[in-house]
Amino acid sequence: MGALRDLAVRQQVALLFVLLFGLLGAAGLWSFFRSLRPADTTEHLKRVQRLRNLRALSMGSLLFWVCWASGAFVSTLLFGVVSFLALREYVTLTHTRRGDHRSLLLAFFVVLPFQYVLVGTRHYDLFMVFIPVYMFLAIPVVSAFGNDPERFLERTAKIQWGIMVCVYGLSHAPALLLLSLPRYNDRGPFLVLYLVAVVVTAQLVQRKATGWLQRQPSAPAISHSFSARAWLIGAFAAAWVGALLYWATPLQPIPALLLGFVAGGSGTLGELVMKALKRDAGVRTWGAGASVTGAVGLLDRVAPLCFAAPVFFHATRWHFSA
Amino acid sequence: MTLPQAAGLLLAFIARLVTGAQGHWYGSPPKAVQRIYFANHQSHFDLVLIWAALPHELRAITRPIAARDYWTKTPFKAWITREIFNAVYVQRGRVAEQDAHGAEPEDPLEPLMEALKAGDSLVIFPEGTRGSSHEPSAFKSGLFYLAQAYPDVELIPAWIDNVQRVMPKGEVVPVPILCSVTFGAPLARTDAESKGDFLARARAAVLALREVA
Repeated sequence: MGALRDLAVRQQVALLFVLLFGLLGAAGLWSFFRSLRPADTTEHLKRVQRLRNLRALSMGSLLFWVCWASGAFVSTLLFGVVSFLALREYVTLTHTRRGDHRSLLLAFFVVLPFQYVLVGTRHYDLFMVFIPVYMFLAIPVVSAFGNDPERFLERTAKIQWGIMVCVYGLSHAPALLLLSLPRYNDRGPFLVLYLVAVVVTAQLVQRKATGWLQRQPSAPAISHSFSARAWLIGAFAAAWVGALLYWATPLQPIPALLLGFVAGGSGTLGELVMKALKRDAGVRTWGAGASVTGAVGLLDRVAPLCFAAPVFFHATRWHFSA
Repeated sequence: MTLPQAAGLLLAFIARLVTGAQGHWYGSPPKAVQRIYFANHQSHFDLVLIWAALPHELRAITRPIAARDYWTKTPFKAWITREIFNAVYVQRGRVAEQDAHGAEPEDPLEPLMEALKAGDSLVIFPEGTRGSSHEPSAFKSGLFYLAQAYPDVELIPAWIDNVQRVMPKGEVVPVPILCSVTFGAPLARTDAESKGDFLARARAAVLALREVA
């Protein structure tokens, strides 16, 4: 540890990414050699799923690496593109009407770029209120000019919710990258890595715990697997991983533990909410089969981050200002 | 690379960014044989979407049909349809027949026949105009005459999904929503079939793809 601490911040972060890509490469090689063995259908499907997960993970890691290596401008731009694709998928799944056209244009071509400009230029005060306050009021006004009263509240609420999750929530990830805390400059990537590690841990442990506990699902109509106890186990595991990673963050062990619990727990809850949304839209599986419109399941993958990032971001800022 | 080629790549990229422009092929592979693709029509964006959903190699030999009155209104639109899409212009409706100069009414199918004779594939929208409901309206007879005149050309039905949400009638800027184009198996040819039966069968083939998609 001592030798590591002597390295410059940039070198530490670079080492982190070398480690990450090394692990991913090893996992890729392992699954390649596994795929050489013959397999029956269920095993084959498992492999395909594993490959898809690995690819998504690699794409995500690559995204973070490019963000870190190329600075504020490119990272906000990249997250903006991911936000755009997620919102596109979300809008495809919800039923909008003709009268919503202008509101959707506003969401895609004004709100989304402006939010990311605010992140990139570190205008945190406006960044935090721009969507929840100003756009919350502006979207229904534009919708009202659409001259269509049918299911007005429902349609407006759907657009607002989509913007909150896909744009506002996700824009907190680059905000973390750019966040400068006392005595902790240019270490944003560690915070983001901490967040991602915690969220992924919560998801994986919850999934394992579900299979192991065999509990009654808490909301069987929405998810066959989600149970409160498994969620709690996942969140606790996230807390432990968070506490173990405290040295990489500006946090002390106890706050790292608590923040890990909060971020991991909200990530898995976000996953549950996305499942409810899928049921509402009548989609059973996302991505694996050919869905109507070619949705690739991006929303599924970013949803935990969309929920965890704002919670974690604001909790961290609050912790340091208190 | 020429300017229209570059503009074509850019346009295809934008169409994919906005709509995904996914092409699903059920029953017929994307092949460079002479074909007539016929699809439902809900928006002027249909033309761009089906063109972007085709593989790059097929775009060069596939000519979409564009309504002359709409697509030649501005020099820009005319340039896009002529240079990028290599479109075949057709007159819409019967108005064309009462020409101001009293000239002989041109057969609206004439340019299409010429394109087929030259060996090109076509994209046509047999409803004639954009429908506003979810059900496609009855097909116009043009498809029947083309199919009769060129019995060796494959007739491929296509269902364009979601596009009316991207750009409803009267709007100019498209909203990003995922769309897909589903291509079906070639329509079987049967001798001794009346025009009405053929058109109903073609329409049913397009509608059937809605369930597959």
